[in-house]
Amino acid sequence: MSEAMAHHAEADRHPALAHHFEGLPEQKEAAGLGMWLFLAQEVMFFGGLFTCYTIYRNLYPAAFAAGSAHLNWKLGAFNTAVLIGSSLTMAMAVHAAAVGKRRQIVAYLLLTVALGSVFLGVKVVEYADKFHHHLVPGEHFRFEGPLARPAQIYFSLYFAMTGLHALHMIIGIPILLTLAVLAHRGRYSADYHAPVELTGLYWHFVDIVWIFLFPLLYLIPTHAPH
Amino acid sequence: MSERHQSHVVSPLLYLAVFASLMVLTVVTVAASRFDFGPWNTVVALGIAVVKATLVVFFFMHLKWSSRLVRLMAAAAFMWLALLIAGAYSDYLGRGRVNTAVEKRSPTGALLEDR
Repeated sequence: MSEAMAHHAEADRHPALAHHFEGLPEQKEAAGLGMWLFLAQEVMFFGGLFTCYTIYRNLYPAAFAAGSAHLNWKLGAFNTAVLIGSSLTMAMAVHAAAVGKRRQIVAYLLLTVALGSVFLGVKVVEYADKFHHHLVPGEHFRFEGPLARPAQIYFSLYFAMTGLHALHMIIGIPILLTLAVLAHRGRYSADYHAPVELTGLYWHFVDIVWIFLFPLLYLIPTHAPH
Repeated sequence: MSERHQSHVVSPLLYLAVFASLMVLTVVTVAASRFDFGPWNTVVALGIAVVKATLVVFFFMHLKWSSRLVRLMAAAAFMWLALLIAGAYSDYLGRGRVNTAVEKRSPTGALLEDR
């Protein structure tokens, strides 16, 4: 390759393409793999809590059922629907990016942020209710009956798991807003929209965590044999 | 440029179908919690959750159209999770059988005196 041709090839490179990749598709493949590796780590991160939950629920099934009865399953179900809806709008944002529709990317990203905020708002109402009824583990925890001690374990897990999940959304929302601003400025096109796709993977993962949290925390049947 | 590098553009109709399925399965989860399947209660709830998660992973997260390397990574994530749970459980289920001197707890969680 002559020097002139090399310069020409250099000028043809997409501004988002890092120098150590041959092309955008290769870069996208590497970025996607890295994101899945990160999510694998996230699975282990939440996996420790899920394992802890499983062990304690098997030790104290009655206390977990009694604790779960204090949650409002209707709010949990509403939030499940909201979060699944936000996954749909996120998928649509990625789709809009893949077909290069800038305005639609922005619209769907903002819709995703709105739904995520509704979810967090409901969570605030739920947490406030737990504080009000002294169901937050610690000094002021109050629970009638002999199951008070293991019920506190249930509520510890409830706050740890939903809190960590909410933290993921609190981190996700500013990322979505940043993407919306950059998309508005025309950063993303059909050729290059890896950040939108990777953030989509993250958002869907957070949705999956909730898909498991909802039945495990809100829907423990009280009629189960103990 | 090889075929697997091509970005897969999925029809929005497919996304809508996946969304509708997830909503129906959420209703099914709530309905199922009203029935008593005895020891299978948790299995039923988790089974529905696994189906929902699979729909999200394959369609929303595009795993259906991802390269084999990415699929391997996704599968490895759940392999590690299975190892974590199996490892922890083999310990908990084995306790008291292998060593009878482990602490005994009442159903209320209070530590019982050694008998």
